[in-house]
Amino acid sequence: MSHADDHQGTRRDFIYYATAGAGAVVTGAAVWPLVNQMNPSADVLALASIRVDVGAVDPGTQITVLWQGKPVFIRSRTEEDIAEARAVDISDLPDQGANNNNLTDEAPATDENRSLDADGKWLVQMGVCTHLGCVPLGDEGDFGGWFCPCHGSHYDTAGRIRKGPAPRNLPVPVAAFVDETTIQLG
Amino acid sequence: MSGIPHDHYEPKSNFTKGVESRLPIIGLLYTTITAPTPKNLNWMWIWGIVLTFTLVLQIATGVVLVMHYTPHVDMAFASVEHIMRDVNGGHMIRYFHMNGASLFFFAVYIHMFRGLYYGSYKAPREITWIIGMLIYIMMMGAGFMGYVLPWGQMSFHGTAVITGLFGAIPFVGESLQTLLLGASAVGQPALNRFFSLHYLLPFIIAGLVIVHIWAFHSTGNNNPTGVEVRRGSKEEAAKDTLPFWSYFVIKDLFALAIILAVFMAVVGFMPNYLGHPDNYIPANPLSTPAHIVPEWYYLPFYAILRAFTADVWAVQLVNFISFGIIDAKFFGVLAMFGAIFVMALAPWLDTSSVRSGRFRPMFKWWFALLVVDFIVLMWAGSRPAEFPYDWISLIGATYWFAYFLIILPILGVIEKPLTAPATIEDDFNAHYGPKDGGSATTPAE
Repeated sequence: MSHADDHQGTRRDFIYYATAGAGAVVTGAAVWPLVNQMNPSADVLALASIRVDVGAVDPGTQITVLWQGKPVFIRSRTEEDIAEARAVDISDLPDQGANNNNLTDEAPATDENRSLDADGKWLVQMGVCTHLGCVPLGDEGDFGGWFCPCHGSHYDTAGRIRKGPAPRNLPVPVAAFVDETTIQLG
Repeated sequence: MSGIPHDHYEPKSNFTKGVESRLPIIGLLYTTITAPTPKNLNWMWIWGIVLTFTLVLQIATGVVLVMHYTPHVDMAFASVEHIMRDVNGGHMIRYFHMNGASLFFFAVYIHMFRGLYYGSYKAPREITWIIGMLIYIMMMGAGFMGYVLPWGQMSFHGTAVITGLFGAIPFVGESLQTLLLGASAVGQPALNRFFSLHYLLPFIIAGLVIVHIWAFHSTGNNNPTGVEVRRGSKEEAAKDTLPFWSYFVIKDLFALAIILAVFMAVVGFMPNYLGHPDNYIPANPLSTPAHIVPEWYYLPFYAILRAFTADVWAVQLVNFISFGIIDAKFFGVLAMFGAIFVMALAPWLDTSSVRSGRFRPMFKWWFALLVVDFIVLMWAGSRPAEFPYDWISLIGATYWFAYFLIILPILGVIEKPLTAPATIEDDFNAHYGPKDGGSATTPAE
């Protein structure tokens, strides 16, 4: 037991540190797979894209499709919906980012940046409340868009958060028209 | 094991001597079961036994249910219905397990408020208190994951909401939520692992319960006066205490019988009263139930979670100070976990030198208000998130934090406590009269 009064660093000290270091590395190497196995497996990660026929969706209605385990709202908006969404001043919005995966992170939350087509008729967005992940209800809430029944978040006709605890606008997934009436998600 | 002087086990026969010298297990059991227990304990000291019984009930019924349950998104709901309709006595076993969870939380809340009133958390019982809080957190986890398993509508969307809590943590939240769910959304990986953990947690709880008992057997039980058992000699200690067996075991079993009578009535006549009808609808990822609320035992903390919206000034202030890192959503999550955390800190927040609330005239009222606050929060948590319930939740949540962070520290300084009896024996004799002429008809409390 010479190490108590020997501060020069002996070979035995070196062995102590090396052993402790090796022990820590081995423990970490053993624990990491046990944690990492909880991450999404290969089959879950395999990104599937789906095609949705929206030919039968009339203005003022929406369909909900399941994509990667989550609901996606595809809404055909009326002229009033579009006009209402475009009349909103961006500075009034709690979240001023478009939250649109087809655009950059900096894109402002204008109605044009939210909708799929330039006219603004089609709005495609994840049906997952940005608060805690409930599925909001369509044609509800104080702003004529969506209302989340779980904790009372109100979204407007462009799916932007207006009131309640949710922090972000409903995310817009990667989506595009592949022909007149078919939207591809992902 | 006990810090209170008492008789130790002396093996008599050759067999017990032989066992004891190789593994002193008989002595351990003897010491545990005959632990000197303050003889003035009132009816609030029965909940530990009720909780131990309930843990055994949950493990026993749970192990049996697993023999018939299938943790798969396509089959879980049907397998629970199979238990309800086809398995012999399956519906009763499941109803026992379901309502057993409610009994567990009902008992644990009374047990916790007992500790808060009589100062059981104070030195030297801080470790007992902390272990108790750990058990409570594990119970919340086990209860939540158990509720997911039937894969009904509430199971599914409750999972989305609760794992969403972790998603609110800045920077790492989303990865953490994905790690918990094993996918970007609730599905098969989540169900599978929750099943695994739901089976694991009760055994960790059982281990912690043993440590909990070990801890308070070392410090001795608290009692309604908060006065410590005298430890000068075995004779002195014997004047303040009675052995746990048989005096307290019989009393506790009597209480347990009455509680189980009520429990049986609930299980037999209204087994779904505390549940939600929506959970008898198979999980549907495309639609959230119109009114989603957790089980009743989470409601007070759920109300605190929802209370802090972006228009509360405290939330805006914190948001500003933290440069927007702590938004309203994360603030709510912090508040919910913080509400439990401040309770765990009670031993260090309470500055009073007097242990029992019985001798604290001001504390009594603040404590009563805390109990009312807890019940109001529970009620507010079950209401929709709109006026006036949001305000009620906010006021309730504020009082909860104020009680632990402001009132407890200040009361110890400004309050003039009453004089507690010098010994437990004095308190006991004040109720029952001196040893020989005592009347047995006066209730203890």
